Amino acid sequence: MNFDEKYYNIGFLDQLSYKNTFVHRLDPRIKLIVTLLFLFTVISFSKYEIVALLPFFLYPVLLMTIGEIPLMFILKKVALVSPFAIFIGIFNPLLDSGQVFIFKGLAISAGWLSFFSILIKFTLTVSTALLLVATTSFPGVCHALRQLGVPSLFVSQLLFLYRYIFVLMEETMRIVRARNMRSFEQHGKGIKVFVRIVGILFIRTVERAERVYYAMLSRGFQGDMPTLKRFHIKAGDLVFAVSVAVFLYIFRFYPATEILGRFVQGVFS
Amino acid sequence: MSHHIVEFKNVSFRYPDGTEALRDISFRITHGESVGIIGANGAGKSTLLLQVNGYLMPTSGTVNIGDLYLTRQTRQEIRRKVGIVFQNPDDQLFMPTVYEDVAFGPLNLGMDETTVRERADFALNLVNSLELRDKPPHHLSCGQKSAVAIASVMAVEPDILAMDEPAANLDPRSRRLLINLLKTFEHSKIIASHDLDLIMDVCHRCIVIKEGTVVADGPVSEILTNKKLLEENHLELPLSLQRH
Repeated sequence: MNFDEKYYNIGFLDQLSYKNTFVHRLDPRIKLIVTLLFLFTVISFSKYEIVALLPFFLYPVLLMTIGEIPLMFILKKVALVSPFAIFIGIFNPLLDSGQVFIFKGLAISAGWLSFFSILIKFTLTVSTALLLVATTSFPGVCHALRQLGVPSLFVSQLLFLYRYIFVLMEETMRIVRARNMRSFEQHGKGIKVFVRIVGILFIRTVERAERVYYAMLSRGFQGDMPTLKRFHIKAGDLVFAVSVAVFLYIFRFYPATEILGRFVQGVFS
Repeated sequence: MSHHIVEFKNVSFRYPDGTEALRDISFRITHGESVGIIGANGAGKSTLLLQVNGYLMPTSGTVNIGDLYLTRQTRQEIRRKVGIVFQNPDDQLFMPTVYEDVAFGPLNLGMDETTVRERADFALNLVNSLELRDKPPHHLSCGQKSAVAIASVMAVEPDILAMDEPAANLDPRSRRLLINLLKTFEHSKIIASHDLDLIMDVCHRCIVIKEGTVVADGPVSEILTNKKLLEENHLELPLSLQRH
């Protein structure tokens, strides 16, 4: 994948948030709190848990369907960051070799269980976080954070990140294009040139930051980022929050999969 | 209101690295005057604009805006009076949406919500960009960005407008719209630009800067027809005068 494609990819995540579905219309604060609740519930499971985690896929799948977010897009993004999770868990099968059960003659060690548990937790948490941004928009999440009492300094950093990531990427794109046009064969694409490009980008960014700060001062900036956004919690928001909370509670504290399994077994036998 | 003046008295400025950007500059711009600042690349035009609202403080000499002398104490007050539009609108538009950006200044002045909304709507209307209000700046074209950048400054209702290359990167039609817009503003205006036709259309007076000093100061009709002076400063006659 080259740089241009990556750039338009980030823009796509941004554009998904302009849709107008039930999920998009939910109050950003509610969505943020519910997402955090979901994340903590998922992380709270023991490190060998797999079966009880599976029902939790219901939540991202529902969000994706109602919010009309393309599945492949989220999957690709999750795959993109998956090396982090894989490297965290990859040695578990070797280090934690105690056998837990035998599946069709194949001994499964506890390490494999914890490895898959990590992968499932990772997929659940990352896809939910992505869906939050895809259905709320990044500034929406920031304003929600601000209204929930996160210090203005942090929130303004995030807002700038969002605003200038596009500018910075365009700048990088221009430099990379200029380099590619004049680097014939593979000359000019080595690490030395790359390091210089990063250096130039850094200097340009610092200079731009100075100009931006000046523009802010010119308009009376005194340390706080004021906002006009006002959110109103509607009945639908509360219904959403309560039903997700109930869903999380049931699947966290009752072996729902097991009960369901026994029920199905009962029906068939 | 005859106090919207900008007065530079013997202003010199030296950058921390030792570059002498301005040397003993003096001029006085009276209320409602439109002044073009022209000169070669690196002559000190941008540095001069940065002194007008106190981002850079003169190394020596005084800057007087309205009835206020520029000091570290009066900077905030002066920034309210002087709106600066930067050359690169990406530096100017830092909020996630156009509307929030235009509202940024009024909100910082501590206005209540209704006033802020009135001002933001008014400013966006002024540059015919009300329909862009919910767009993020990175989805705008260059011309739209410039228009919104002007709106974000006008929302503060400054007495004096300072602009650095306002028409850079604009297509001819956007440039023409900008010129017509600038003509309708009754503010005192200081415009630094290489676009001499724009200066001729918008300004009445012209100051030529060379290596940080004023080398000419007079009516546009005199300065922009002086071929020798212009060429000494790496400039040419405005295109509209070259055809005759």
